[in-house]
Amino acid sequence: MNSSDRPSQRLILEAGRADRQYWRDLWRYRELFFILAWRDVAVRYKQTVIGLAWAFVRPFITMVVFTIVFGKLAKLPTEGAAPYAVLVFAGLLPWTLASSILSDASGSVLTNSQLVSKVYFPRIIIPFATVMVGLVDFCVSLVILAGVMLWYGVVPDWHILMLPFFVALAVAVAIGPALWAAAVVVKYRDFRFVIPFVVQIGLYVSPVGFSAKVVPQEWQLLYSINPMVGVIDGFRWAILGGDSPLYLPGFAVSLLVTAFMLWLGIRTFRRTERGFADLI
Amino acid sequence: MSDTVIRAEKLGKKFIIGHKVQYGGILGEALVRSARGIARRGADMLRGRAVIEGDEIEEFWALRDVDFEIRRGEVVSIIGHNGAGKTTLLKILSRILEPTLGRVELNGRVASLLEVGTGFHQELTGRENIFLNGAILGMTRKEVQSRFDQIVDFSGVEKFIDTPVKRYSVGMYARLAFSVAAHLETEILFVDEVLAVGDSEFQKRCLDRMSAVASEGRTVLFVSHNLAAVAALTKRGIVLKGGQLLFDGPIDAAIAQYSASLSKGKANRDWGKGHHSAIISADLLDAQGMPTESYEPGTPFNLRVEVETTNMPGLGLELQLRDANNLPVGFYSSSIFSQVALPSEPGRHVFTLSLQPLFLASGDYSFDIATNSLTIVVDHGVSNAIPFNVAASSPGGIAYDFKQSLGNGVVALQLAAPLRIERKEPEPA
Repeated sequence: MNSSDRPSQRLILEAGRADRQYWRDLWRYRELFFILAWRDVAVRYKQTVIGLAWAFVRPFITMVVFTIVFGKLAKLPTEGAAPYAVLVFAGLLPWTLASSILSDASGSVLTNSQLVSKVYFPRIIIPFATVMVGLVDFCVSLVILAGVMLWYGVVPDWHILMLPFFVALAVAVAIGPALWAAAVVVKYRDFRFVIPFVVQIGLYVSPVGFSAKVVPQEWQLLYSINPMVGVIDGFRWAILGGDSPLYLPGFAVSLLVTAFMLWLGIRTFRRTERGFADLI
Repeated sequence: MSDTVIRAEKLGKKFIIGHKVQYGGILGEALVRSARGIARRGADMLRGRAVIEGDEIEEFWALRDVDFEIRRGEVVSIIGHNGAGKTTLLKILSRILEPTLGRVELNGRVASLLEVGTGFHQELTGRENIFLNGAILGMTRKEVQSRFDQIVDFSGVEKFIDTPVKRYSVGMYARLAFSVAAHLETEILFVDEVLAVGDSEFQKRCLDRMSAVASEGRTVLFVSHNLAAVAALTKRGIVLKGGQLLFDGPIDAAIAQYSASLSKGKANRDWGKGHHSAIISADLLDAQGMPTESYEPGTPFNLRVEVETTNMPGLGLELQLRDANNLPVGFYSSSIFSQVALPSEPGRHVFTLSLQPLFLASGDYSFDIATNSLTIVVDHGVSNAIPFNVAASSPGGIAYDFKQSLGNGVVALQLAAPLRIERKEPEPA
């Protein structure tokens, strides 16, 4: 056995005891995090005919449909000189990432109930591991975006360097509510029905198929309470550059909401996770 | 450094369970009831309490006031009836459940084996599952890698190591799963009933492996119904009954205590129920078809079992014959031995079974009865459901009593043809 794991570790188990070892355990179980993430990715496209190509097909078709419905039929304005398809895709990318994290992570504790009731590990690993699946699909979609931009001859400027930050923000926006839901759904399964509904509605109340600038000026700040507004705006700013200026007060509101949800999610999860095995 | 590696003080665990009260099927009543249910669950949710299915709610202490200490290198078994709190205790010690009362102190790295193959994924190959399962059990990638060959070797599935485990037979799957677990090397190990996998040859290897682990100076806590294994592997036994500690001491005395507690309490037949079925009653019948508690050696076993089923297809009935020491001596499974499943239409069903005669030694026996699903998970199990006694056993028809307590086993072997003796001429030099 590793000498670093010598019996010096003494552990007290008691009702309601705040677990000071938790964050150290989290580090010790980091390999489990990677292996669970790898498992979810490895299993995702098993026994499908076109495999990873699904990660191409779905966003591409969504983009085509949205471009036709919102751009051609509803004749909504684009931002600056950007082609409507690129505008849609720049919104679709973070939306797909965030919504898949929200749906996968919020149900993840339940789908892994077998593990939860049979072995100990810091439970927070489970929802975070599902993030990787969303990220893999996201990387595939980035390739399509590059293709679409090439087709329309859109060249990004230095703003694109900020994209990783907005990717991280998209993850943060989703993981906060997802952690909260993952914890609460163990006790109240009602949320299993609530989350898909939220995701469905979210697609239309977030500026995915249209530009956030369509919303009247006086409502912009209120609209930004939906943290996806900030994320999608950020993506468009990074990808379309000067054509899509960032509305800063709104962005700040989105950041605040995201930070609050993240704090609430982690806190709720930590408070309830010790009881998971009782309830599952 | 203290020599105590596990100390449990006043340990208690409370569960809240709900019961369904049976009502008639009037629609209006059902609506009122479900409205009341919504109101109650809504109120529970506002107070942050868990939602409990059922109409009546009851607190239930699965464990109460349990104290013990275990020193470094001790190998201890925990024995008790189903529902005595053994698994709950192991789950608390392995940090899966939080105790309601009391505290536990642990010194050293802990691994627990509450089942084999936790987290195995059907779509992944044997190789991939070894790494996945190893990580779940708390091994690092390096540790798994360095033991990979031993694990594969032990399991005997080398040829299929790159095949998805969904293509494995039940036995191969169990062997691979146990092999990963058997190569855990932590200072403290908790093992729950995982030895009951695979064929008898593999079970023997598992037992050997467990005794090797035990002799390496590691601390092992061991839960099993297999009293022979328990007696062979451990020196100290803790007996739990109804969530309380009944006995803690040398293993022989512990087994005796446990067996004694088994033979009490037949009178009340509220055996509870499983998820999909409930065993209502079970009796041994005499030649006239009347319930009896004595068996005449060499006559057919006539049993009657009443089972209530819901609409779950594929349930089977299992019988486990045990001797006075609660060691298994015979087994029957309707789904495996006769390919007969319990009827899936809901209702009560009476089964009449006639088993081939056995020439049992005199003494006490019992049948455990269980319903199981196709995945070999016990749905409702009743240990000691039919206790019975063989008053006298005289295989030779003379006044000689072949007793269990002689230590020659529990079955008198019978000749299939008359014994033949021939004189053999010495061979010519």
